[in-house]
Amino acid sequence: MRVTIGLAQMYPKLGDVAYNRQVHLEHIERALDQGVDLLVFPELSMTGYQVQDLVPEVALRTHQPDETIDIFKEQSKKLDLVVGFVHEDERGRYFIADAYFSQGEIVHIHHKLYLPTYAMFDESRYFAQGNSVRAFNTRFGRMGMLICEDFWHVSPAYLLWMDGADILLLNSASPGRGLDTGDRLSGSRWVELVNQSYGSMFTSYVIHCNRVGYEDGKVFWGGSSIVDPNGEFLLNGTYFDEALLVQEIDLNQLHRTRARLPLLRDERPGLVRRELNRILQENLI
Amino acid sequence: MSDATTAPTHILSRMDINTDLATQILTGFIRDNIAKAGLKKAVMGLSGGIDSAVSAYLSAKALGPENVLVIRMPYKTSSENSLLDAEAVIEDLQLPSLTVEITPMVDPLIERFPDMSNLRKGNIMARMRMITLYDQSMANGALVMGTSNKTEFLLGYSTIYGDSGVALHPIADLYKYQIRQLARSLGVPRSIIDKAPSADLWEGQTDEDELGFTYDAADQVLYLLVDERYTTEEAAAETGFSHAFVTKIWERVKANHYKRTMPNIAKISLRSIGHDFLYLRDYTGRHGSV
Repeated sequence: MRVTIGLAQMYPKLGDVAYNRQVHLEHIERALDQGVDLLVFPELSMTGYQVQDLVPEVALRTHQPDETIDIFKEQSKKLDLVVGFVHEDERGRYFIADAYFSQGEIVHIHHKLYLPTYAMFDESRYFAQGNSVRAFNTRFGRMGMLICEDFWHVSPAYLLWMDGADILLLNSASPGRGLDTGDRLSGSRWVELVNQSYGSMFTSYVIHCNRVGYEDGKVFWGGSSIVDPNGEFLLNGTYFDEALLVQEIDLNQLHRTRARLPLLRDERPGLVRRELNRILQENLI
Repeated sequence: MSDATTAPTHILSRMDINTDLATQILTGFIRDNIAKAGLKKAVMGLSGGIDSAVSAYLSAKALGPENVLVIRMPYKTSSENSLLDAEAVIEDLQLPSLTVEITPMVDPLIERFPDMSNLRKGNIMARMRMITLYDQSMANGALVMGTSNKTEFLLGYSTIYGDSGVALHPIADLYKYQIRQLARSLGVPRSIIDKAPSADLWEGQTDEDELGFTYDAADQVLYLLVDERYTTEEAAAETGFSHAFVTKIWERVKANHYKRTMPNIAKISLRSIGHDFLYLRDYTGRHGSV
């Protein structure tokens, strides 16, 4: 089965949901023209990244009617969508969220699990931590979504793999840092290394959409990419510029790679559970 | 000079940068900031030194030379060579330019206090240049472009509300050593890159004489302390500088922190500017572009 993936490497306007919604709709139109089946937007694509005290103003709700959510549901009758937004739950907690829209419905919402609050990051000040990581079924197979810092920790990606995800959907608002003599920023090299590692170790597809643009001196580096189950980049290398990147992937590659390299077959989650239980009981973490 | 004259240089190569990537990020930053201000132009002082030259080359690349107004603001003691070096940049980039002599604006205040130190005089000159730039900013619809680098910003080798009074800082995260690298790649005239850095506040002044150490020495120490988070002991061991020298640099960074931050606001209310009324500077309602 072949699926055409679109990565909307966009520049969200800080705090302007109506403007960003329009940009999403334009990307959807262009993606449809190019036969895209699944279009992935970056982290907080509806709001911009450093929303700070704007959080309550820009949040979207799924427990009550919401015009923006309804628009994406409607659009998802034409192609599947991953949209990044601030999600307010019924008890007034705010999450950094991704929603997977398909066939007119929300199939799955992921709340960001790891909120970086160190160095230039301040997410825990504004957002609640997500509390679950679940794979979900789509018309293209079973997938899992992770947001930025989530995939700097190996455990969520591993759990999604064990939960049956063959395609990891990653998105981020990753600020550039670490200029040296390399052809990319050291932060970019790090993320690309991680993504290639997941593709290789999980023999899975790794799809990553990162935003571009500037917020108060921070530059978002783009570099959206797709890694195949052999750990090779099918797509990467568009840095800093806005772009709609389109790449067809062949899901049969999962079978071919895993026939050669049965890492999933040989994985031992029971061993992981036993040892983790022991470690937790011994109060080592 | 301190022990820095026999300075080790082996840390410098760790600070080497990809100048093309730096140029891409910094020109994008300039374009984006100006667009978010709803403007197209920048205005900046051009001293004839390397920092303002690098800012001018980046700004011209980002905005087009016709949108970068540069102003030479000599005082009567400024060196003629500085004016000529600035002229070389103006000609090379084909920039619109003005020369505004600050002597008649500065001297009445200096003459009012006959025992005024060179430092006070220098501060007045720097602030008069800021006033001139902000006036031209209003007259031309142009943002005031900063020309400070990371080394002088950290050391506090600047005049508060003088050269630090700007709208954006394109090169303030690059050490002096990295500025020189960037200058070479941008085609800044050789005479500007090679001459001794000087604030040109009085005749024969050089930054390194006034600071008491070289920029190369300061850069290596600051790089380890700030970027790599070495302790002062570790930085001394790694560089070969004395611990006393490393500590002297670090004390200077701390003592001048007030120049890098907004003034404190006394908190009284439930929600106070600077404390818990938090929005990005970029939240202007306008959108940038990459």
